[in-house]
Amino acid sequence: MDDIDRRIVNALQGGFPLTRRPFADAAAPLGLSEAELIGRIRKLRESGVLSRFGPMFNADRFGGHNTLAAMVVPEERFDEVAELVNAFDEVAHNYARDHSFNMWFVVAAESRVRVDEVLAEIAARTGISVHDMPKQREFLVQLRFEA
Amino acid sequence: MTKLDDIDRAIVIATQGGLPLVADPYGAVADALGLSAEVVIARLDAMQQDGVVRRIGVVPNHYALGYRFNGMTVWDVADDHVEEAGRRLCATGVVSHCYQRPRLLPDWPYNIFAMIHARDEAAATALVERLATALGPLARGHRVLFSTRILKKTGLRLGRQQGGGTPCSG
Repeated sequence: MDDIDRRIVNALQGGFPLTRRPFADAAAPLGLSEAELIGRIRKLRESGVLSRFGPMFNADRFGGHNTLAAMVVPEERFDEVAELVNAFDEVAHNYARDHSFNMWFVVAAESRVRVDEVLAEIAARTGISVHDMPKQREFLVQLRFEA
Repeated sequence: MTKLDDIDRAIVIATQGGLPLVADPYGAVADALGLSAEVVIARLDAMQQDGVVRRIGVVPNHYALGYRFNGMTVWDVADDHVEEAGRRLCATGVVSHCYQRPRLLPDWPYNIFAMIHARDEAAATALVERLATALGPLARGHRVLFSTRILKKTGLRLGRQQGGGTPCSG
């Protein structure tokens, strides 16, 4: 990452234009060309600096349901269980954490029924309890990261 | 709160994995859906105004930016004080997400979850102390669970098909 990459990451964590030439419009204030901005974002995606590029949706507004689930996974089965959990499209993110509850993942689906099915299927296929911790209230904040 | 119609849903499904990296990305999405670019742009604009789209842009992997100490701070707060505790945690300005979730007694007494992100352990510890100070006696106990690995991170998805079915990889 060089200074130009850092400027792109810092400037474009929101506000990407809704126009017919959005890269050109976003590139101008950064002193870049359209092609240069597209190429830089592609490289940042490929190198993993960016996990995504595009709209971030508020999944609560899809009319869907989501929950945070936690599992106590024996260390020797950790990778196997992670692979099984991650294979579900409904699993949006999954983190290993330093606690006896060592695997934490978000399950999102259109219905609470489908969320429950995914949790039950993971429990059945792993033989490990899946603890369901749906959010009861959200306190709205949005932190931006400085590159 | 507006309900998404079929056109909105098609646009969500087409763009939730990301926008195409071409000069006219909304036009490319529109072509794939048999819509006009103007409709795609207008729908995304309306969804953004309505809060369905939080924002449009780059989503950094904070690990790659050096934020390696990502802590899920969890707090045990009396139910009557949850609203006030949430307000105080947000007011610190250092929390990326903050939720109330159910306790799982006896193993898990914590009912407020707040995420912090720091580049080193000292900075992470300082952030946790800041949150503890903000909560004061409202917090009856807390823990910090640092993430040791990202196992998956795709963002929440709207499914193409619902109800049963086999999970797809990817």
